[in-house]
Amino acid sequence: MSTVILLAITGVGLGAIYFLVACGLSLIYGLMGVLNFAHGVFLAFGAFLGFEIANAMGATTWAGFAVSLLVGALAGAVFAALTERILVQRLYNRHIEQVLVTVGLALAAVALFDGIWGTDPRFPSAPAWLNETTNIAGANVPNDRFVAILAAVAVLVAIVLFLKKTRYGMIIRAGVENRSMVTALGIDVRTAFTLVFTIGGAAAGLGGVLASHYFGYVSPLLGQTLLIFAFIVTVIGGLGSLLGAAIASVLVALLQQFANFYLSGTGDFAVVILLAVVLLTRPSGLMGRKA
Amino acid sequence: MTSATRPDPVTTETVTDAVLSVRGLQAHVAGQQVVEHVDLDVAAAGVTALLGRNGVGKTSTIKAIMGLISRSGTVTLDGQDIASLPTHKVAQLGVGYVPEDREVFSGLTVSENLRIAERPGHDHRYGLVYELFPELKERAGQAAGTLSGGQQQMVSLARALLNDNRVLLVDEPTKGLAPRLVQEVGKVLARAAEAVPVLLVEQNLQVVRELAHHAVVLTGGRSVHHGPAAEFLNDPEATQRLLGVHTGAEGAA
Repeated sequence: MSTVILLAITGVGLGAIYFLVACGLSLIYGLMGVLNFAHGVFLAFGAFLGFEIANAMGATTWAGFAVSLLVGALAGAVFAALTERILVQRLYNRHIEQVLVTVGLALAAVALFDGIWGTDPRFPSAPAWLNETTNIAGANVPNDRFVAILAAVAVLVAIVLFLKKTRYGMIIRAGVENRSMVTALGIDVRTAFTLVFTIGGAAAGLGGVLASHYFGYVSPLLGQTLLIFAFIVTVIGGLGSLLGAAIASVLVALLQQFANFYLSGTGDFAVVILLAVVLLTRPSGLMGRKA
Repeated sequence: MTSATRPDPVTTETVTDAVLSVRGLQAHVAGQQVVEHVDLDVAAAGVTALLGRNGVGKTSTIKAIMGLISRSGTVTLDGQDIASLPTHKVAQLGVGYVPEDREVFSGLTVSENLRIAERPGHDHRYGLVYELFPELKERAGQAAGTLSGGQQQMVSLARALLNDNRVLLVDEPTKGLAPRLVQEVGKVLARAAEAVPVLLVEQNLQVVRELAHHAVVLTGGRSVHHGPAAEFLNDPEATQRLLGVHTGAEGAA
């Protein structure tokens, strides 16, 4: 029983990190039709800057940890906003070129990170409590899982409130549905595009710092590994659906954890099978709109 | 004069006080030319009808004016060339758009559908909108996707009427509606046209007869007739040839 609880909470924690990456991907695709292959480097950039600031401030202090989360989110947001403004916006409605430019940016950025931080993983320190475990019904659950879950829930709530309560949120929801009608009402959707990239980048950067604690290392390729699963999550959840991304994140991560433990390390394989089943039975994803 | 000997007359009468003028308009969708050469004027008051058979480019003409499809030629609004402006700038200058098939945001509530249409720096005529469509006030919190077709058309019209526009482009507002609702939409358009000139694409010729002063007729992506709407509709030979319908002097379409 304690193993099941440990796997479940760890799985939800991993799902939380997937969600932080996937929510931005899903919103960006939903609004703009852009498959953003550069999303992983927003995450890695956030993780590295978070790592640096934490070390500078004292990585084992709570203040250092809190600021590292903030700086990670900020770094992801700025990187994403610049990417949208300088590269993606020039290729408005040219989807193949947009994919190519984001793939190119991802390759270049990983190489840049290699140059700055080296290819070897770095190991972040954290406040002592994060490295300890909490006993829940006999299962010793690492505390960083709870922080990841809490952060993802906070991000989900914040994005939902933003989408429901603000004018820009309303424009984004309408734009995901019918972008050309939004422009025909006199709204410049490019501002919404930049905003969506910025929000997605912030969530990814925050996810980067949390992922570095969850996996115990930072490396230039950290984002690329997570990006693959985030794309799978986005497709399973339904491209453009925030709630779909949240549900699929947890589903994929749980399946991965349990399959890894009980089916001799076949977690990644099980996820791909799930992807295939969803694509065959519900091609638009769990919560996706019918094409 | 018979239809066999009469060539398609290009223009018989031009409107002198046009709010919106289109000259030599061409438009493309996915590399295919859908509008070949359209000239039209929307009179500064009342309803100008844009007529023609299915597939002659009426909706494409409207979309091209809005900048929703790639276009060339000149489009002037109050003398200002808007043919090279992006869609949101065209709308901001005061071109209200009621698309074919309503295009309400189905996941947004009725009141959100109206609020998103509010253009900053203008007064928003909620008084007029709720007077014309009291139902929209009652259903303010309902998701627009759950409304009936007629109610969705009200939302779509209300979005355009909310702002102080220079001209409205209204594309087949009665399509798929029950006869009672067709009449209601006709009344709303008549009321709207008192305040703002309207370019109306409409298949229901009874509605056109009641509302329109001028008519522009397209065939094969080209404008081939301009003139008073009543005169055109009362010409059975012209309506047969250009619209494929029989209309007597008072005949319903």
